[in-house]
Amino acid sequence: MTGTALWRATRWLLLLVFAAFFLLPLVALLDFSTKVPGTGVRSGDAWRALTQDPTMTEAITTSLLLALLTVVGMVLLLVPTMIWVRLRVPAASRMVEFLCLLPLTIPALVIVVGLKNVYAWVNYLVGDSPLTLAFVYVVLVLPYSYRAIDAALSGLDVRTLAEAARSLGAGWGTVITRVVVPNIWTGILSAAFVSVALVLGEYTVSSLLHYDTLPVVIVLLGKSDAPESMAAALASILFVSLLLVALSFLDRRRRTSEGN
Amino acid sequence: MKVRTMFVSLVALTSSAALVACSPPSDDNSGSSSDAASATSVDDFGTMDDLVKAAQDEGELNVIALPPDWANYGNIIKAFEDKYDITVNSDQPDVASQDEINAAKQLEGSDRAPDVFDLGQSVALANTDLFAPYQVSTWDDIPADFKDPDGTWVNDYGGYMSVGYDSSKVPEVTSLDDLMGSEFKGKVALNGDPTLAGAAFSGVVMASVANGGSADDIAPGVDYFAKLKDAGNFIPVDPTSATIESGQTPVVIDWDYLNAAESAKLPNWKVYVPKEAPIAGYYFQAVNADAPHPAAARLWEEFLYSDEGQNLWLAGGARPVRADAMVKAGTIDKAKYDALPEVSGKPVIPTNAQTEKMAAYLADNWAKAVG
Amino acid sequence: MSAAPATAPSEPGGRRFRVGPSVGLLPFLLYILVFLLIPTITVAVGAFQAEDGGFSTEKIRALWSETALHALQQSLVLSFASAAVGAVLGALLAYLVVTAPPTSVVRRTVTAVCGVLAQFGGVTLAFAWIATLGFGGLLTNLLADVLGVDATGSGWLYQLPGLILVYTYFQIPLMVIVFLPALEGVRPQWREAAVNLGASTRQYWFQVAFPLLRPAFLGSALLLFANAFAAYATAAALVSQGAPITPLLIRAALTSEVVLGQANFGFALALEMVVVVAVVMGLYAWLVRRTSRWLS
Repeated sequence: MTGTALWRATRWLLLLVFAAFFLLPLVALLDFSTKVPGTGVRSGDAWRALTQDPTMTEAITTSLLLALLTVVGMVLLLVPTMIWVRLRVPAASRMVEFLCLLPLTIPALVIVVGLKNVYAWVNYLVGDSPLTLAFVYVVLVLPYSYRAIDAALSGLDVRTLAEAARSLGAGWGTVITRVVVPNIWTGILSAAFVSVALVLGEYTVSSLLHYDTLPVVIVLLGKSDAPESMAAALASILFVSLLLVALSFLDRRRRTSEGN
Repeated sequence: MKVRTMFVSLVALTSSAALVACSPPSDDNSGSSSDAASATSVDDFGTMDDLVKAAQDEGELNVIALPPDWANYGNIIKAFEDKYDITVNSDQPDVASQDEINAAKQLEGSDRAPDVFDLGQSVALANTDLFAPYQVSTWDDIPADFKDPDGTWVNDYGGYMSVGYDSSKVPEVTSLDDLMGSEFKGKVALNGDPTLAGAAFSGVVMASVANGGSADDIAPGVDYFAKLKDAGNFIPVDPTSATIESGQTPVVIDWDYLNAAESAKLPNWKVYVPKEAPIAGYYFQAVNADAPHPAAARLWEEFLYSDEGQNLWLAGGARPVRADAMVKAGTIDKAKYDALPEVSGKPVIPTNAQTEKMAAYLADNWAKAVG
Repeated sequence: MSAAPATAPSEPGGRRFRVGPSVGLLPFLLYILVFLLIPTITVAVGAFQAEDGGFSTEKIRALWSETALHALQQSLVLSFASAAVGAVLGALLAYLVVTAPPTSVVRRTVTAVCGVLAQFGGVTLAFAWIATLGFGGLLTNLLADVLGVDATGSGWLYQLPGLILVYTYFQIPLMVIVFLPALEGVRPQWREAAVNLGASTRQYWFQVAFPLLRPAFLGSALLLFANAFAAYATAAALVSQGAPITPLLIRAALTSEVVLGQANFGFALALEMVVVVAVVMGLYAWLVRRTSRWLS
């Protein structure tokens, strides 16, 4: 049946229907954000306000910094641990996997409800800034980062590499940073990009801990200045899409360069 | 298996830590003199000028949950800043009273904690241990019913529950039953969820009293909204200036001073207070006992209760608590005072006990009626 | 925070206490303990406390109150509906994609777009749908102009029906991501074998492919269910009147200024959420293990 003209036509039709369904709200965002509310007049005011409204620019900066800190924290926490588990403590791999996938079972809402005491300590030790959210965000991105890095590690014979490096006199630190990491680079990048997407859209924890990150401000402004909120929402989705498209290109380059 | 043992022991250790629910040591209030934090009136500073100087030395004031178009707070903050050259940090203007308390507890000891509170009745009376008593210099002008004898809290402004409506989109509203009509289909909004927000709660009380209920019985109010929903007139949208101006919510049940703020922007926006159900609600001012800027907090209170502050609230359509005294002294802004919506009948102000009972009923029945 | 080097060399004489390598896991374990396990334990403990801190099952019993049960029921309905629709439509889209060659534009675009929409936060999606079907939205205006129909009407978008629609929007991409590997595992040899034995297309699908894919399909659907049940941001951004689902009831318990002293009730509700999601995820893990027997 695959290959007949009817099937091909049906396939394209269905794909178009899906495309329309998924694009419609995004187009609506564009439409809403370029109109002056109540009238039909087109205006780019809302988009200009993204760079001019101090609340918005502050929120954008905060969210971008949080994304960066989360990625750094995730890499520092997860990559050495996963490599270490593969090389030295294989018995722990099931437990590490279980712990990394645990945030899928414990909703962010539950975590933030029980977070008050922990964050009282965090604020006492580190100060009180939205950037402390990075600590929780690292936990939230664990499942997705774990899968990406695990897939990359599985495609590599880590033990042989490590033994070879050790026999040439490398210490464990060198093995991790200069031998293994460069080989799982796309896995790390994939984890990083997914983490950025997650952090830029994270609302549950930041709203219930009362920090003004981008999604929180979008909701806040949605009550008074809807077009600006819509513009911010569309901008963040486009930004993340670009990141993920870039990632898929990186992936392809790696595959074609290794694939002979 | 060694890994498992270590893991298990770590879990045990930390669970016991969590159970003890330790909290970090709270910082001492750095920088500010403890004199200011324990001052209970301007006399403790000396003269008013001493208070102003102490406040200016602190240089900043943290406020929370004060939207600029709520009872004219935008202009009040600006007037304070201009008059005393103190920066006002207005945090999270859209949160509710409970969030103010949550923020104070969460930020305890930090520089970002709120200095002053403006709270709804239930939350204020439930958290008096967080307040520092302070009596403003105009204390005696405030009727006894509207203040705590020790100065722990004092009412600041109030209003009556009202129906605001766009007269160009719907016919004139002369009673709450009008809202059941077919011309109001898909048009009536309540400011918030009554199980969450005080303003919406009072809206349901108003519907209740207008339909045979009282401050002890909110059931008729819940039934009223259930009928409104069945008729298709009630929409579950949160009204804001944006939704009012775009025409999404042509009828809004809210405090009269908030509706009055809309009238200032939309010429067709009218405000109706039901004669048979004047539900009054006053908000509560209090100083945070842990305020990072205690002198500035007290100066803010002095400003709010001065003639200037009270008239600024009046300009926002709210009834300032010193109104009667100011009318007698002739210091009230007469034009604005007379422009307030007319209210007849005895105002209904639910006591705390009544509010709790009604809230419990709402918690059990609101979702069923309207959800 | 890099892993600590071994303090004792690895030895073939295994009876010695080999603390060494495990120490490298300490930073990770401590971090998880502090930021994931302690909050969860706090919630579990807090659910069994009364307002004054003593032990009490009062809040747990409150979970059986009408409001809480109604919210739970609505949550389950929402999760089931969006998971069912998302699973079916997502599987269809995944099939449309898998029949294209691996490097085709269609395949890569769909996978990338699904990646964005599935992982991305609920606030943006909620606002996208408000811009489409809310007051003054693109589709609302279109429908009003062309068909004279008032799409916003009773404000359905801000209640359960609206939630189901918006949830489906991110459930379909999630289904594609999770189910695609299973579809890729269907080998063409099975098709050839079936045809050789005289099966028609219909027979192949209903008697060979569907039964083989069923565990993967159900597993993915369960994942969608758990995802919808645990979601908060979309509902929080969309719904302002009422607490129709459990996560919003938690929000109400924590932030209400009318019904006070509900923090522990919030804990109890959170515990309820964890239990439901844990059960569903347990089923999912079991189904995944069954699937991998055939399709790895």
